Amino acid sequence: MLKFFHRMASPKYFYQFAGKLIPWLGVACLGFMLAGLYDGLLVAPTDYQQGDSYRIMFVHVPAAWMSLFIYMVMATAGAIGLIWHIKLAEVMAISSAHVGASFTFLALVTGSIWGKPMWGAWWVWDARLTSELILLFLYLGVIALYNAVEDKRTAARATSILALVGVVNIPIIHYSVEWWNTLHQGPTVTKFDAPSIDLRMLIPLLLMAVAFKLFYAVVVLMRARCEILQRERNSGWVKELVRASS
Amino acid sequence: MSEFFHMGGYAFYVWMSYGIALVVLLGNLLSPILLKKRLLRELARREQRSRRP
Repeated sequence: MLKFFHRMASPKYFYQFAGKLIPWLGVACLGFMLAGLYDGLLVAPTDYQQGDSYRIMFVHVPAAWMSLFIYMVMATAGAIGLIWHIKLAEVMAISSAHVGASFTFLALVTGSIWGKPMWGAWWVWDARLTSELILLFLYLGVIALYNAVEDKRTAARATSILALVGVVNIPIIHYSVEWWNTLHQGPTVTKFDAPSIDLRMLIPLLLMAVAFKLFYAVVVLMRARCEILQRERNSGWVKELVRASS
Repeated sequence: MSEFFHMGGYAFYVWMSYGIALVVLLGNLLSPILLKKRLLRELARREQRSRRP
């Protein structure tokens, strides 16, 4: 096991291993997503209050969960990169930023589309929505900062610090619906009690959540491979790879 | 079937959400694929230039 981790720290092995892993993760992701879509759109019953509009939940909630999860992965990887100077951790951190930003955007937009028929407004400045918007700006800030610095090792250090500072926003987002009087509803799944949601709605939600996690894994590995190619462009194995592909 | 697409009167909101989700997911997949292609092309060009005397 230790040998495995040691080898994975080498960019070349990671590049090859990720390349082998991606198709399997992709197939699993597609399976979960199709099952979740079928279950969520066709099997799950209509909500007695919200009608069929609640089905937006099956993309909105997984996207919102992932926006927080990916941020924590990014900040943790950034911290590991800062402390132990592991290049691969830096690569994983910056590769997560783009996916995280897109999921945050998706959570905000689908939430807005859900809000219009249910609340009568596309947007309100309540604590949950505002703190999630700040999360999007944090992601965009991380990406912009990374691109602004020429030397990628320095850029990774700077962005890791920014990402770590931004972690303060994560509990604010999570608890915003409890700390403040928000229009956004409270949690029905991620709490210490039993989930207060019908099982027939919970199952597709969880299927979609797993699908989104697998999707993130696929995309972050694809991005990490690109980042490694760029950083290792002067090493022998990348040159060989370039020669073989052209 | 048409009832399914009608979504109890919320068709516009529901399908718009799923449509945007699809676009975001496809964009996420496409961007590293294009990036890798561009990178390999760039690196190949650099390699050729460095080999020229």
